[in-house]
Amino acid sequence: MSQISEIKENLTVTNIGRGMIRREDPRLLTGQGKFIDDLPFSDFYEAAILRSPHAHARVVSIDTERALKLSGVIAIYTAADLEPIMKDLPPKVSHPKLNYQIRLPMVKEYANYVGEPIAVVVAENRYIAEDALDLIEIEYETLPAVASTHAALRKGGPKVHIGSESNVAVHIIQKAGDPEAALKTAPHVIRETFKITRGGGHSIEGRGVAARFDPITQQLTVWDNTQAPHYVRQMLATIYGMTEDEIRLIAPQDIGGGFGPKAQFYGEEVVIPWIVMQMKHPVKWVEDRWENFISATMERSQTHRVEVGFDEDGHLLVLKDVFEHDQGAYCVGLQVPTITMSTLPGPYVIPNIHSELISCYTNIVPTSSLRGAGRPQAVTVMERMMDRIAEHLGMEPAEIRRRNLIQPDQFPYAVGLLFRDGSPLTYDSGNYPALLEGAVDRIDIVKFRRDQAEARSQGRFLGLGLSMYVEGTGIGPYEGARVRLTNSGKILVTLAASPQGQGYETVYAQVAADAIGVDIDLVEVRHGDTSSIPYGQGTFASRVTATAGPAVWEASELLKSDLLAVAASLLKCDVSSLALSGNSVFIESEPERRVLLYDIALVSNVGRHGMSVPRDLPIAIERTAYFKPVQAVYSSGISAVIVEVDPETGKIEILKSLLGHDCGNVLNPMIVEGQILGGHAHGIGNAIYEEARYSEDGQPQAVSYLDYALPTAIEVPTPELFHVFSPSPLNPLGVKGAGEGGTIPVPGAVANAVEDALRPFGSRICELPLTPERVLRAIYDHD
Amino acid sequence: MAVDESRADPVEDKSWISVTINGSKQDYLVEQRLSLADFIRNQVGLKGTHLGCEHGSCGACTVIIDDRAVRSCLMFAVQSDGSSIETVEGLAIDGVLSPLQESFQANHALQCGFCTSGFLMSLVARLREGPIDTESEAREALSGNICRCTGYSGMVAAILEQSNSIQGIKENS
Ligand code: FES
Ligand code: FES
Repeated sequence: MSQISEIKENLTVTNIGRGMIRREDPRLLTGQGKFIDDLPFSDFYEAAILRSPHAHARVVSIDTERALKLSGVIAIYTAADLEPIMKDLPPKVSHPKLNYQIRLPMVKEYANYVGEPIAVVVAENRYIAEDALDLIEIEYETLPAVASTHAALRKGGPKVHIGSESNVAVHIIQKAGDPEAALKTAPHVIRETFKITRGGGHSIEGRGVAARFDPITQQLTVWDNTQAPHYVRQMLATIYGMTEDEIRLIAPQDIGGGFGPKAQFYGEEVVIPWIVMQMKHPVKWVEDRWENFISATMERSQTHRVEVGFDEDGHLLVLKDVFEHDQGAYCVGLQVPTITMSTLPGPYVIPNIHSELISCYTNIVPTSSLRGAGRPQAVTVMERMMDRIAEHLGMEPAEIRRRNLIQPDQFPYAVGLLFRDGSPLTYDSGNYPALLEGAVDRIDIVKFRRDQAEARSQGRFLGLGLSMYVEGTGIGPYEGARVRLTNSGKILVTLAASPQGQGYETVYAQVAADAIGVDIDLVEVRHGDTSSIPYGQGTFASRVTATAGPAVWEASELLKSDLLAVAASLLKCDVSSLALSGNSVFIESEPERRVLLYDIALVSNVGRHGMSVPRDLPIAIERTAYFKPVQAVYSSGISAVIVEVDPETGKIEILKSLLGHDCGNVLNPMIVEGQILGGHAHGIGNAIYEEARYSEDGQPQAVSYLDYALPTAIEVPTPELFHVFSPSPLNPLGVKGAGEGGTIPVPGAVANAVEDALRPFGSRICELPLTPERVLRAIYDHD
Repeated sequence: MAVDESRADPVEDKSWISVTINGSKQDYLVEQRLSLADFIRNQVGLKGTHLGCEHGSCGACTVIIDDRAVRSCLMFAVQSDGSSIETVEGLAIDGVLSPLQESFQANHALQCGFCTSGFLMSLVARLREGPIDTESEAREALSGNICRCTGYSGMVAAILEQSNSIQGIKENS
């Protein structure tokens, strides 16, 4: 691949850029993975959690007496037993104007959503623990619930939190230019309202926490299949009043998918290790699917009222979007809606922008980041409007986009808003016209329009949808990596972040091997254990490639200079005459004069007890680097889909799906494509199938895969992929994030394609997902 | 919450069952209400069979019983008495991946790998019934299981690669 040469001059790249098969696979394929529930916790008690059956209720009394008598039940804890840890779980991202409502690990008095934890039963096994749940008697006083942002904003309606004045969590406005004036003077202004409903993360492995306290070392070890081990450790240390070194947080080697919900911090993570310390006995809790449906954070529900102004030629003049965001019962973080605000303008030059967020509390499980994190909504809204402009002016949707794209020579491009990391929304690099033209060429729009016309004449309805996006990835504050020469002469890379299927053990071995120049088989990668590297942030927001990647690179370069210095001292030559390859360092002009990495380890790491070493000889060959990005780096992409809609049944068939993607330099194209393909499936789910419905009183209506349709191999076509490479100038590898790009544009593209297909009916597609019912309503139920 | 008095104590009853697991036959004393999945995972100690939903929808827990793919979360262990059970641990022989496992790796058909055992077992059972020659047959064969990570493309490619190489072997012999 051509982009590799740009990574580093004078570097022989042998591994980076290759689609190496994954080191993780053999154990996963043979059932030897180490997922949290597969670890040998045989002496651990098991916990089950009683959860609120009401969306809003006051807990009047809890009687655990009968449950405690059940043989095999060890203990039951409620908030009353856990006073020392009934402390606030603060939001990840906040705002000075946030109407803050305290979130406790367990319900103290008011249950504010169905699924909120009320009591924990610890028993000999999960079967008995679940039996005991049925024997706990709780008296509730039910209260009116708020189950949508619409209901939350109703004047005089019930309040999500008793005693609060308003259900609005935060109201934020960001502006660029003078949107009010521009709306008054724009030759054309069109408006629409779009609604996107809730969906879940649905990692096939649920959440899980297990812990053991060692009374001798006074150390608490917590196994938690979190995306952010250091973050969880810090939260626990703060709540328990312990130091970070007293808690060892281990994210198991294998985690069965993350997608965002596992990057959040939950009451269960506070309660389980604490009761382990109280009971002086290890305990594990692994959620079942029903718990995952009602208690893991979700996303997506937003209602947008958008206006765009443009001129006769279709140039965008102004964008105004006011949207309601469903925050759920508590603010776990404001990252999602603030990302929505800054994702709206996308790849387009828009001189005047008004982006306004009204985030509302509801009596539903809290929302937080989920693959795409606020972007699929923003992109759907913007890209629907681009199509509407095209329709208004009688233009091809591709042409309207072409006329408004930021050009490759305009980078860095300042949008005029702020991104969620607090930095100005300034795109570092990209080539949006290449993405658009790449898609247009591959689709052959002229031919498609002929096919579409012909199909229509036969009573068949085909549609084409395009959707483009820009995605801030690789955010701060930092990520770390430690690279060590082991005493046996191998290279051990320790990452702070833990993976959930992204292949870190393979990718970061590629990076370290190339940076050092050693044989990749000598490099081993470990991750997810706070005792092996003191600081880190975690895997979320498509940030690891662009933060841990450079950290591994930098630590490896430092290590390499140590290796060379030791070899120079041993070989009595100058460093500049040395080269490193395979398992040794040698004099380039006399390759037979070499030292093995093993010999270097013997001299510098093992040493000779009590003996001095030369002054300039590096010792203890281990280097740690933390990479601190100055701002987000911006990936981008395009989705194009061709659908056929059956007006009898409302069924949508995807005839073709195409994704163009630009995440800068690619470390392992196989893994990057895997991320895009998986994200694409998630996008199809959001577009057509997945919907977490709630009744008006806040009862979840989808709590199993019988009522929540996760796409299977039948529903997800294999998309055609193409890549554009715009390396980021902001990190030494030129990389950007790739974890979410497959998801982000797909719902908007499908919505555009369906409206295009149904144009003869005058249908308006304003709500996702496009279930058959919604499609049929769009066809037959409008004026 | 209404309380059923008769449930004040867990069911203590246990039964002996005799099952062959990955070729080795053994007797086990199992609680009657123990699910087959929990039996395989916790009593036999084969943790490769995973639980994704425990309500028969995701397929992660799929094992092969007497040549049929079965969701082990939907069965009690006692119901498997006298049967022969195959789990993912039985696919590789002496650490050598089976051709299907190899194709999975070569085609990046797994990411987190949590769903993978179930897919493999469903496919092994299906491939014993006959070859999978087309993409739509491959998708049909995969459609009983759910994967959230991969989007299935790698699995479709793996299956077709498998069938082609089997086809190739047949034609060459
Ligand atoms: S765990 Fe058995 S089908 Fe999901
Ligand atoms: S590989 Fe993660 S669910 Fe399939």
